[in-house]
This record gives sequence, C-alpha cells and structure tokens, in this order.
Amino acid sequence: MQGYIVRRLFQGVVLLVIVTTIVFAVGRLTGNPVDLLLPEEASEEERQAMIEALGLDGPVLEQFVVFIKGAVQGDLGVSIRYRQPAVDVFFSRLPNTLLLMPAAMLLAVFMAIPLGILSALRRGRLTDKVSGTIAVLGIATPNFWLGILLIYIFSVQLGWLPSSRMGDWSHYVLPTITLGTFLVAGFMRLIRSSMLDVLDSEFVKLARIKGLSEMRVVWKHCLRNALIPVLTLWGVFMGGLVTGTIVTETVYAWPGVGRLTYEAVIFRDYPLLQAVVIMDAVLILAINLVVDILYAYVDPRIRFT
Amino acid sequence: MFIIGGMIFAAVFAPYLTPYSPIDQTLPDKLLPPFWEAKGSMKYILGTDIFGRDVLTRLLYGARVSLIVTGLSLLFGGGVGLLIGITSGYIGGRLDSLLMRLVDAAFTFPAILFALLLAVTMGQGLDTLVIAIGLLLWAGFARIIRGEVLALKQRDFVALAKVHGCSELRIMVTHILPNVMNTFMVLVTLNVGAVIVAEASLSFLGAGIPPPTPSWGLMVAEGRGKISSAWWLSLLPGIAITLVVLTFNLFGDWLRDRLDPKLRQL
Amino acid sequence: MNGDIALEVRDLHTHFFLRRGVVKAVDGVSFSLHRGEVLGLVGESGCGKSVTALSLLRLLPNEAARTVQGQVLLDGEDLLVKSKRQMRQIRGRKISMILQDPQTSLNPLFTIGNQLSEVISKIGAERGGGVMQQAIEVLRKVKLSAPEQRVRQYPHELSGGMKQRVVGAIAMNRGPRVLIADEPTTALDVTIQLQYLNLLKELQENTDMAILFITHDFGVVARMCDRVAVMYAGRIVETGPVREVFNNPSHPYTQALIASVPKLKRPEARLHTIEGQPPVLTDLPKGCRFEARCPHAEARCRAAYPDSFTVGAEHAANCWRLDPA
Ligand SMILES: Nc1ncnc2c1ncn2[C@@H]1O[C@H](COP(=O)(O)OP(=O)(O)OP(=O)(O)O)[C@@H](O)[C@H]1O
Ligand SMILES: [Mg+2]
Repeated sequence: MQGYIVRRLFQGVVLLVIVTTIVFAVGRLTGNPVDLLLPEEASEEERQAMIEALGLDGPVLEQFVVFIKGAVQGDLGVSIRYRQPAVDVFFSRLPNTLLLMPAAMLLAVFMAIPLGILSALRRGRLTDKVSGTIAVLGIATPNFWLGILLIYIFSVQLGWLPSSRMGDWSHYVLPTITLGTFLVAGFMRLIRSSMLDVLDSEFVKLARIKGLSEMRVVWKHCLRNALIPVLTLWGVFMGGLVTGTIVTETVYAWPGVGRLTYEAVIFRDYPLLQAVVIMDAVLILAINLVVDILYAYVDPRIRFT
Repeated sequence: MFIIGGMIFAAVFAPYLTPYSPIDQTLPDKLLPPFWEAKGSMKYILGTDIFGRDVLTRLLYGARVSLIVTGLSLLFGGGVGLLIGITSGYIGGRLDSLLMRLVDAAFTFPAILFALLLAVTMGQGLDTLVIAIGLLLWAGFARIIRGEVLALKQRDFVALAKVHGCSELRIMVTHILPNVMNTFMVLVTLNVGAVIVAEASLSFLGAGIPPPTPSWGLMVAEGRGKISSAWWLSLLPGIAITLVVLTFNLFGDWLRDRLDPKLRQL
Repeated sequence: MNGDIALEVRDLHTHFFLRRGVVKAVDGVSFSLHRGEVLGLVGESGCGKSVTALSLLRLLPNEAARTVQGQVLLDGEDLLVKSKRQMRQIRGRKISMILQDPQTSLNPLFTIGNQLSEVISKIGAERGGGVMQQAIEVLRKVKLSAPEQRVRQYPHELSGGMKQRVVGAIAMNRGPRVLIADEPTTALDVTIQLQYLNLLKELQENTDMAILFITHDFGVVARMCDRVAVMYAGRIVETGPVREVFNNPSHPYTQALIASVPKLKRPEARLHTIEGQPPVLTDLPKGCRFEARCPHAEARCRAAYPDSFTVGAEHAANCWRLDPA
C-alpha cells in the first residue's frame, strides 16, 4: 500500500515537472517573455531591469534553472494586475473554489449513483430512457451556456435565486448545478454501463445462488464494482471539473481560482496565468492522489500490484 | 443528420442566405428582439445585438467559423494522435513507454489551461485556436490508435510483409495505416461535439477567434451582460451549439456502434 | 411417487424472446435425480445445458428469457410457482450451483472469508466460535491449504483451482439437497481437474446430496456419474446408467459423441467428428432434431419427433429406429 502511494506520488511529481517545463517552454517559444511579463506601457529601462533581474540575458538552460528554483520555493512571479506574488493571489482565491468543487462532486455522487443503478436495473424502461436522455443532453450542453440559461430562468424570470457572487446557501445552487451537470451525466452513463456488465457477471450469479437478498446483491456486490470505472476515469473528469470551474466561476462572478484564470487571460496577466496553470496542476495531482488512495481502498487488486 | 446537413449548408452558403453583414454595425437597429416578441419584426428574424447586427446572420457565419476551426483542429490534433499512436504502437519499447507517459500526462492535465496560456502568449487567432484544440485531442487519439496497432501487429499479414522484406516505414504506411482508418474516422466523429464545445468555451473565455468575427461562443459571451433585457443574444447561439453538439454526438455513437462496437467502453 | 427422488423436472421449456425470433434454448426437458445420485448432463456447446440449470434455480440471464412451461419439483414442491422471497430461502439451502469459471465466480473486491460468511448462519457461527473460525472450518472441508490465511486473502491471490474449491465450499456449505455443477472443471488444467473431481465425489458420498453434473466430456462422466442424460438442441435424447449407455449407446447422436472420445488404448483409431451443424433454435424442425446430421435418417424421422423407447433397465432413447413396432 505504501509502495503504491509512493509510486503515485512520484508519478505526480514527474507530471508536475513536465507541466512546468511545458509552461516554461511555451513562454519562451511563442513570445518574448519580457513583453509577456511587463505591462504594455513599461519603459525601456524597466525592460532592461527585468531582463537582468530574470537572468534572461543568459542561455536558455540557465533561465530554466532560475525558473525552476523559483518555482520550488513557491515563487512564480508577480501578477501584473494585482502587483502581488502570483502564488499569493492564487491562494487567496483557492478557498472559494474549494467550496464549489466539492458541492458539484457531491451533487454528482448523489444524483449519478442512484440514477445510474436504477437505469441499469430497469434497462429499457421509462426510468432508463428519461435518465438516458438527460445524460445525453447534459453532455451536449456547454456549461457556460447552461449557466446563463439557469440565470435567465431562475434569476431573471422567476427571481428565485441570485445570479452572481458569493453569499448564503442560495448563491451555491446555480453554480453547483452548472458545474455538476456534466459530472452527473458522465458518471451516470458510466455507472449504468458498468453496472450492466457487473449484473451480467458470474460473481453476481453466485451471490444470487447463495440466496442473498436483492438489496444485498446490488449494494454489496454490484455497486462497488460498478464504481471502479468511475475511479479509473477520474483523471479525465477531474480535468473537466477544473475547466468547468473556469467557465462556471466566470458566469457567476464567483471569486475563485477559475474566475482568476479568466481574469488573467483577458488582462493578459501572463505571470498570473502561468502561476495558476502550475498551481492547478498541483491541485489536480493532490486530488487525484486522494482518489488513487480511495481506489486502492475499494479495489484490493490495486493495493498489491 | 438533418441538423448536420443544415449546419454545413449554412456554413458554406452563409453569404447568400442573408442580406446582412455579420460585422457591419447598424446602430439605429440595435437590440431588436426576434420576430415573435412584441417589438420584433420579420426584418431581423432572430433580432439584433448591441451593435444592430442581425443575430441570424451572425449565427450562420458563426457556423462557418465553428466548422473551420473544428475541421482544422480535428485534422491537426487527430493527425498528430494518429502519427504518435502508430509509431508508438508499432515501434514499441522505450519510445512507446515514453510517449504513453506523455499521453497519461495529457489526460491528467486539462488542455484548456494550455490553450488559454497559448492564447496569451501567441495572441488570439485561428492558428492559436487550432493548436490549442489539437492539444486537447491528440492524446485520446494516440492511446486508442496505439491499442489498435498493437493488435494489428500480431496479425499474419504484418508478419508476412516483414518476411517479404518490406521496410518498417512501408509496413506502417501500407499495412497498418489503412487498417486503423476506420477507428480514426469513428474517433473523429465522436470528437466533433467535444471540439465544438471546446471552441465555444475558449471563445467565451476570450481566447478564441478575436471579435468582430462571429463565433457562437463569443456571441454567448457578448450577450451575457444583457441577459435580463435581451435574452436572445446569448440564449440563441447556445441553443445552436447544444443542438449541433447533440446531433454530432448521437451520430458518433451510432457510427461507433456500426463500425467498431469494441470502442463501446469509451 | 418414489420417495427417493430429490429433483424431478417435467417438460421444461425456457425460451429467449428476442427481436429476431424466439430462441427455444430448452424445449421439453424432463429428467429425475435420485437422492445421493450423480446425473451427468452432456451435449455439445449451445444445446441448452446451462440454460436448463439456470432455469431450475430461476436465475435466467435476462428479461428476454422466460420459462414458459414445465415443473421443477424439489422434494415434491414446484419451484416455478414459488415467490421470489421463497426462492431466496430455497437457493443455497436446498438447491445450489457451482459455476463454470472459478476466475470470475468470486467478487474481486471482498475477502474469501467475507464471501464465505454470507453462507454461514448466525447459529452456526455462534456454535463454531465466530464467523471467521467457521469459515476456516468450511475451507478445511474442501481441503484448501492454510485456510487461516486464505480467509483474509482476496480472490486474485488464489490460483484457479483454489478459487474453484472456495466456490464449491460456498455452494455446498448449507448442505443443499441438490447441487448443480455446470462444467466446474473446464477452466482448470488436467491434474487440478482430477483432484477437484475426486474431492467433489468424496464430499458427495458423505451426504445424500444429489448432483446434476453438466459437462461435455464423456471421460468425466465415466468417472463421476451414476447415470447420464444426453442433450441435443434443447431436448434430452437418451438417458440411462453410465455403463449401459457406454456399452449400448442407442441414439445416433450418443453413438457419435462416444465415437468422438479419444480412446487411450487405441490411439491409432481415427477420431470421429459429427458432420454438420445443430439446428437453429429459432426454427426447429417438426421431426427429429438430429435428422439432418443422422446417418440413419428416414422419412418418419422428418415427419414426427420420436417417442421415448426403452432400451434396457432404466435406459431409454428417443429414436424411431428403436420402435419395436
Ligand atoms: N443470454 C442469452 N441470450 C440469448 N440467447 C441465449 C442466451 N444464453 C443462451 N442463449 C441461447 O441458448 C442456447 C443454449 O445456451 P446454453 O448456454 O445453455 O448452452 P450450453 O449447452 O450450456 O453450452 P456450453 O457447453 O457452451 O456451455 C444457446 O444456443 C443460445 O442460443
Ligand atoms: Mg454452458
């Protein structure tokens, strides 16, 4: 088990190095870093000072070492817009995102698992068809538009729920639904299909031969097995979730990391964006590690390999 | 099917279908609602935006942008994936494990973030967008094609070709490539929906084709601020996106089930 | 009725109602199983052996499958009219089954002990020093090495033969009256097969449990069974004591099957294979189902399905050539 976690952690670090290297390379290859790092109205002296400060006059390899050294010490440059270390800005926004993401995940878990199971058990019946249609629609609807649609219906027309910013619980409803929809749809389809496979399996037959109750067969023997593909494909969903927060937080003016990403893009705040990308990678890896541990807990075959 | 046809038709013939320009502003006619609303008229069937541009016209031209971007990025991203998948699967060994590590990395890390990064460093534009979305695609293509190639490698005709002294490159091109084309096509159709959404999302986030060129994502973004007074500005393009994506997804599923049922699990 | 009959199946029909037609997988199967007896059910792949077995337990694979006719009398009670709840009480306790593939018969996510515990009653556990202690005892009975460790292990840590022993232990633990073994050894290699079959035989001889032993291997039938029933395209075509059927196979299909068994003593002899294909189960002929492949086919074979004719003591076959008239 420990070996497994250590290995996962190592893979994560490797990935982080890859991401950091690519971010560095993208900055050098596709534009002049000084132009990217300084505001447009900067004077020639400022440019010169920056070049020296960053060691940009040295060879690329040296620059890379400087960059990595800074990154390891948590220094990813200074945000142009906020005139603060970019990492600090990231952390000031992180808590707000960490409120929204789990809300969407919980929504996904509580909707997708029962619906996925139910549609597998009632394959071809009404429940299955209705939830199948919802899933197909949920996957096809881009969530920025879903967000606006929900605002139009529930804030503009009905006036039931607030349309932006944080506040009491009611502020969470629309963003959570917006962010959670694709997760719900994706999980539901996945759970349904893996549930169908599991229901067909020999060990479920054996469970029935034992004379166990249907509840026991479904909840003990099927569910855990049906969840494995969700855990396997978690990484893909995680990427979608991060993308989703950028869009969702933008739509609802939610002061989190996603909104920050958007701001960095439209204000061309390169140091900030660079920091956000790298920190997002760290965040994703941390969450994936937790999921990996959960995976190992659910599936003993993983624990021992 | 009908919707896909309609979209392609709209994209190709946009200039002939509408009397208006998608870009020129007609300020006196700004913010008119669609014809079925009280103040709407048949002059602008789906209303006008804040600059008095006809929404329908912009939708039609937007289809064109979407289609071009989608086609190019699928070609680019899919092509890179195809190339990497074949080399990785056929040559195997160290190269294979290295490339697959990269694929894993690409799967873990959301490509949209890189896309945003590129938009800032390279500036907005078609090339940026195509590269960015290509980044989103290649890994998925590479992984599945590689799996196919691994299976093909075991087959007799490849061994036979080797016995006959064909060069590795020749085998890859003449024997492997045609056999993975089916899978490739299925992957392309399965991904069209995702690409359209990605393009729209990037445009929405201000990292797509720069205005005033119409694109659906951008139209949604522009209309967002006016949602309480002019709902049609952002809701209509969104409906267009959803409908098209939905159709392509259903079509992709159907094609997969017909041509390549073993891709089912994906 | 005879008091020592454990299970009697009468005219069982199980069909799959598919879009492309009705697949008559089991179409009029009748047989009886005496207490303490091992009855072999043989036939080529797809003839309906597994579907028959699953019909007895009322565990058909999907909604398209339905048992449309027949009776399954376990100690004189018809299982086909029991409620779902009653069936659950009966499964595992009175009638049980060992599945074909040990690799997939155990849930990969739970320990062996955990899966065994589901067939250990509360009372048994209290008497036997806790559930785990009892589970260890159960494993000892099927002669699994180091049972104390096995209960804490997961299925993937066991070999195929070990897993099949565990599955056997689970199926037999509650002392069912009838055990169905559906090709329990096909997935195992030969030496392990033998060990397993011996174990099964041994466990069976200590009880009066009856076994319906499904296989397509006549060698296994000779080793394990008292009587044998030969199945072809959804029906049983010949039944009798094993020795009788071997010495005097009366249905052409049985003859062909026995001829296709390699004989160790005469390895030079050519192996017979049966020409042709069994009939499509959606479109069965009116007459004898083997007619198209039968070397002795006559006009009356096409006209009507043959009656059952007695050939010897307890030995009968459905073939017109046996018609004394
Ligand atoms: N799930 C199913 N759906 C449709 N038809 C089925 C299904 N399962 C079995 N059948 C049909 O029932 C027939 C009998 O199948 P069965 O599994 O009983 O064969 P078998 O005698 O056990 O063969 P084997 O020796 O290969 O296990 C098959 O020919 C098949 O056409
Ligand atoms: Mg079978």
